[in-house]
Amino acid sequence: MSDTIVIAELSKGKISAITNELVTAANQLGSNCTLVVPCNDSAIANDASSISGVSKIIAAKSGVFSNYDAASWAEALDAVSPSGIIVTSASTQSKDLAARLAARRTISVVQDVVEISNDGTVLTSPVYSGKALQSVKLSSDAVVSVRANVFSPADNSGSSEVQVIDTSGNVTTALKEMVQRASERLDVSEANIIISGGRGMGNPGNFSHLEEIADKLGAAVGASRAAVDTWDEIPHSMQVGQTGKTVNPNLYIAVGISGAIQHLAGMRSSKYIVAINKDADAPIFQHADYGIVATWEEALPILSSSLSNLLG
Amino acid sequence: MNTNVHQSNSLRLLVGDTMVNIAVLVKQVPDSNSKIQITGDRVDLSSVKMDISPYDEFAVENALQHKDSSGGTVTAITLGGSGADKVLKGVKALGVDNIVRLDYDGFMDSNGLQSVLASEISSGGYDVVYCGKSAADTGAGSTGPGIAERLGWCSVSNIIDIKFENGLTVTSPAEGGNAIISVNLPAVVSCDKGATKVRKSNVKGIMMAKKAQVEVKSVSPPAASVTIVSQVMPPAKPAGKKFEGAASAETVAQLLRDEANII
Ligand SMILES: Cc1cc2nc3c(=O)[nH]c(=O)nc-3n(C[C@H](O)[C@H](O)[C@H](O)COP(=O)(O)OP(=O)(O)OC[C@H]3O[C@@H](n4cnc5c(N)ncnc54)[C@H](O)[C@@H]3O)c2cc1C
Repeated sequence: MSDTIVIAELSKGKISAITNELVTAANQLGSNCTLVVPCNDSAIANDASSISGVSKIIAAKSGVFSNYDAASWAEALDAVSPSGIIVTSASTQSKDLAARLAARRTISVVQDVVEISNDGTVLTSPVYSGKALQSVKLSSDAVVSVRANVFSPADNSGSSEVQVIDTSGNVTTALKEMVQRASERLDVSEANIIISGGRGMGNPGNFSHLEEIADKLGAAVGASRAAVDTWDEIPHSMQVGQTGKTVNPNLYIAVGISGAIQHLAGMRSSKYIVAINKDADAPIFQHADYGIVATWEEALPILSSSLSNLLG
Repeated sequence: MNTNVHQSNSLRLLVGDTMVNIAVLVKQVPDSNSKIQITGDRVDLSSVKMDISPYDEFAVENALQHKDSSGGTVTAITLGGSGADKVLKGVKALGVDNIVRLDYDGFMDSNGLQSVLASEISSGGYDVVYCGKSAADTGAGSTGPGIAERLGWCSVSNIIDIKFENGLTVTSPAEGGNAIISVNLPAVVSCDKGATKVRKSNVKGIMMAKKAQVEVKSVSPPAASVTIVSQVMPPAKPAGKKFEGAASAETVAQLLRDEANII
């Protein structure tokens, strides 16, 4: 069995909970899991010391990790990682890193893994925008990115030592400016719950009704391409689908969205899908766990107040 | 490569080596409306309409804009069987100068794919490579950054805006907002849609493309270390619950708590 290396996923400068899921995946693929934490300040790696199923933690300490630059991150992480199967999250940034890390080691990368066979040799990922599942076999080490919300998280009853190793890489791009998002709201690619609006919202001002519910649920607000293309106020960054973002939240609420194949391509793997549409024959209902046949004008206020009651 | 932004166009025409040698990677994939069918344990594309992968269209547009702004040539490269010539002709009609097909019909793992593409890029002497943020069939997004690593170049991915000044200035989504990043060439740039408006081909372009020759090259990838075991349809989702009328929103909220355990 190969040794495994997990590259910790970070969120707001801390180790994100997805990292526990990555450890589970790694232990299914091989053994002797080393957790590598990219950091400026090695203290953040201490948060990982209780993750079960980890044999060693390396805090890879370097100034390059202050901003994302694919080349220097790959170089700095490669330098401190033992050989074996490397596991990363399948977030946009980590998939990019996974590809560079694999190329650096002249090995292959398998992205977006959603299933690993019990013996650890067969890896399954969605292909053709989720219209099919492809299973592959590895005959040598590889870098594997793993989708969120698929593997059960390793628990936090372990205790591992953190070894700090200074590392570095040649930074090849320069961050000129970070333009913070105007709203505090999460991006669809970061959210566990998403409520999206389509052309059926009628006008962009009506997205405020979605925002109201999003605020209650800590959700992100997304949109269909028809909404993005029709209204300047709805930016492309909100678009879910084939030419937008692929999302994998626990809950996806589609409001006034017909469920075109290209929209489904971006959200069909959501754990739970709720659809609100006035047309009982809208294709979105074939994919919804819970469908509400009604106009949003009538349904959203009731949903909103019911959520308020439940959430207290 | 043009490093002096103030250089006039006429001067640049005289000094050949200031021109930017631009490559753009394009891929043929099933049209996004198509239904995917399985025969045996493989996806069967025999009756599927094929088209350029959607993000590659933004890569082509950015490549052409780079040429418009700096002068130079744009070469579109694809890897595939002869069926992929259609995609090359399509981008030729948009204004791409050269079209190249690395002749290979079958599966390559990412290591194989990137190594043949990287060697083509390095022998072509390119300054910059544009590609789509991911191909619509694999959805992987590995090719751009992977090629860059093999070439020892920098890479920026998923860009939503680009300016051709002092090298390149690109905008790419980052945690909490957008990062504006300056990039020195040589570089690989993987493109998302952003605000990119793609140009359309005109009759003259289409006529020219018809006559254009695809340069076909043979490739020999290293042995694969990833092999496909099977391709299957995703398991059908159990039928959901569908409720008539707005009042059911209350029931659904309750189900999200009791059945789905989400809220
Ligand atoms: C290459 C390509 C890429 C594409 N990429 C994407 C992509 O990334 N993302 C994407 O979303 N689409 C994409 N599309 C477009 C896609 O085909 C659809 O056109 C689009 O998803 C439709 O958006 P919609 O559902 O909002 O609009 P429509 O299809 O117009 O549906 C609106 C829905 O709202 C309902 N409705 C109307 N009024 C109300 C009301 N008051 N209350 C409740 N319901 C109401 C209607 O019954 C209808 O079902 C792509 C298309 C192509 C060809």
